[in-house]
Amino acid sequence: MSGAHHGHGATTKVHEGTRIALVGSPNSGKTTLFNALTGLRAKTGNYPGVTVARYEGVTTLDDGQVVIEDLPGTYSLDPISPDEQIVADVLDPQHTDTPTPDALVVTLDATTLRRSLGLLTHVLQTGLPVCVVLTFTDELTRRQGSLDVDLLRRALGVPVLAVVSGRRQDLGRLRDLLATAQDWARPAVLPPTGTTEVSAWIASVLASAHYDVPLLDERTRRADAVLLHPVWGTLVFFATMFAFFQVIFTVAAPAQALIERFFGYLGSWVTTHLPEGWVSSFLSDAMLGGVGGVLVFLPQIALLFVLVSLLEGVGYMARAAFLMDRVMSRAGLEGRAFVALLSSLACAIPGIMATRTLPSARDRLATMMGAPLMTCSARLPVYVLLIGLVVDSGTRWGPIGAQGAIMFGLYVLGALSAMTSAWVFSRLGRSHGPLMPFYMEMPPYRMPSLRSVGLAVWDACKTFLTKIGKIILGTTIVLWLLLNLPNHSVGDMQAAGVDTGDDAAVSAYVIDHSYAAGAGHFVEPVFQPLGFDWRINVGVLASLSAREVFVATLGQVAAAEQPDDPGNALSRMTVDEGPRAGEPLFTPPVVAALLVFFLYALQCMSTIGVLRRESGSWRWPALAFGYLFAVAWVMGLLARVVVGAVT
Amino acid sequence: MSMVSAHLGRRVVQPHAVPDDTAVSTLADLRRGTTARIVGICETADPATCRRLFDLGFAPGTEVEMLRRAPMADPVVFRIAGYEIALRREQACCIRVSADQ
Repeated sequence: MSGAHHGHGATTKVHEGTRIALVGSPNSGKTTLFNALTGLRAKTGNYPGVTVARYEGVTTLDDGQVVIEDLPGTYSLDPISPDEQIVADVLDPQHTDTPTPDALVVTLDATTLRRSLGLLTHVLQTGLPVCVVLTFTDELTRRQGSLDVDLLRRALGVPVLAVVSGRRQDLGRLRDLLATAQDWARPAVLPPTGTTEVSAWIASVLASAHYDVPLLDERTRRADAVLLHPVWGTLVFFATMFAFFQVIFTVAAPAQALIERFFGYLGSWVTTHLPEGWVSSFLSDAMLGGVGGVLVFLPQIALLFVLVSLLEGVGYMARAAFLMDRVMSRAGLEGRAFVALLSSLACAIPGIMATRTLPSARDRLATMMGAPLMTCSARLPVYVLLIGLVVDSGTRWGPIGAQGAIMFGLYVLGALSAMTSAWVFSRLGRSHGPLMPFYMEMPPYRMPSLRSVGLAVWDACKTFLTKIGKIILGTTIVLWLLLNLPNHSVGDMQAAGVDTGDDAAVSAYVIDHSYAAGAGHFVEPVFQPLGFDWRINVGVLASLSAREVFVATLGQVAAAEQPDDPGNALSRMTVDEGPRAGEPLFTPPVVAALLVFFLYALQCMSTIGVLRRESGSWRWPALAFGYLFAVAWVMGLLARVVVGAVT
Repeated sequence: MSMVSAHLGRRVVQPHAVPDDTAVSTLADLRRGTTARIVGICETADPATCRRLFDLGFAPGTEVEMLRRAPMADPVVFRIAGYEIALRREQACCIRVSADQ
């Protein structure tokens, strides 16, 4: 036991500011251990300047607290990826960007000890105090392997402790051990590093610890016979992904509708109880609308993280990635990226957050750059409105409904563009470093720790609300101000001949004379080649807060009686100035350009916020916004020309 | 680059000595369910990849079993050093094996 029981005077306050880092290979139970030690007191961040998430938390020992850092999983200290480079940098005292830990805990999976000891030989070379936590010793016993922990401790010359996840008594022992990090035994002789010598060293350590290799996991073998079967495995995979998508898309929908209704109710409560004017409108539309617009993402994010951490924890994610690897490798990605791209069909926010499961930072960035192109649910109302403007719902091309066919085409174009974009970015990434070989451990199927699932969901929701929520709320407010200012008195409006009793006419007047309208006129030269007039530009600008806002804004601009169903008024809208004056505004070529523009352009501040958060800098969201805008413009122009030629 | 990484980066994976008449093929040629012994890693492969494959347990002298292929023949799952790992053909081709009788 540590010194806590000897009274305060005898205790040296070694813990304040002490940093202990967890090092281990993926699937070694490192993160489960981190969660058990730190729980809700973990903080997520990024390592300076890179797309590698940093997890840090405090754990309470008998006589103080120590900081625990969960380093990215790695098989070696000979780095080949940005994530592994981080581990090497953190352990290097000469690297001053990140503080060097005072001691290291190396988690070794007892069922894969032969491989795992190699990482330990690397870690011991750093000269830092090291202790070994053996995980999955219960599984080792179940699979009829065996190991003498005391003999292993003697062979390694460092403290060794078996910690079975969920066993409090083991954690207590680990806490006591952490309290004495300064006094940990160090090996008399460092292990070798030459390849032949390391193999011999590992063999001798295993022999002296009486290690018996565990049998094949019968459960895993039987499950894999089905789940990795070329036919059954593929079927199960598609069924799983379908269910996954259904949950993200449809199960979250009622909760989202509830949140929207609640905030709509709050908003109308504000407008009825406050005197009419821009203050009440600001409170209900900008503030409450903004907060509601942030919270509405939570059901999807929470559900996504429940599913992703369950699939990951059980071990199915590696199988899914194995089955999809060949297809995804065409886009320069690996199988796991499939889940992120699939989630992006519901919404790019959870999709981009799902890239956290990708082990390589380069793949993560490439996937993030492609994910916003998948047709998300916010594009649907825009597509429905625009397609409805030019194609009658009864129109059929042969046996196929024309509207549905166009919609399907947009989905396919989005998915193909996402894959192409990911391919381009993964190519560009390669020029900045050596090609990373592909390998993927297939861990045995295991029961996921509910605590880890819960913490992953909690962490995702918390980060979203605290870090991304600000950005979304801020943009909503700025856009509201642009669309509603300058303020017009009743007298001004009456002088301009507006019936101030007619809400639709008033909002049309306000928006037509707003700063946003000014901006719409100002950017007209940019969008003129696509056939957009200033009113469409206002809609495009307003849709930055969320794409579906385009529908309502166009409605207000057009002063439709029902702003949420502006189709009728819009189809009668004509160009009000310039060479095309008097002609209908929404011609098929212009609508095609708009559709394609919305397919490509990153018209979503929430996505920009989440990109900033997950990539660790503004560089990537700025690049994404820029390149997607350029592509959207060029493709929009192309669509206008092509459709103009055929119609 | 840290001292440790620099040191580890200078490693060269030493081949496993085999009699001259041993038939040597690569991991990519293994048929399902067969076992072989790793002889070495191709000299032509990227040195960083060689060292990583070694760190993953593909050490010369070790036994490896081919377990199954993915639906479109790539990647392939192997059992080595007591665990299962999938490699793409590109990497499997780098590892030389001799049939283990």
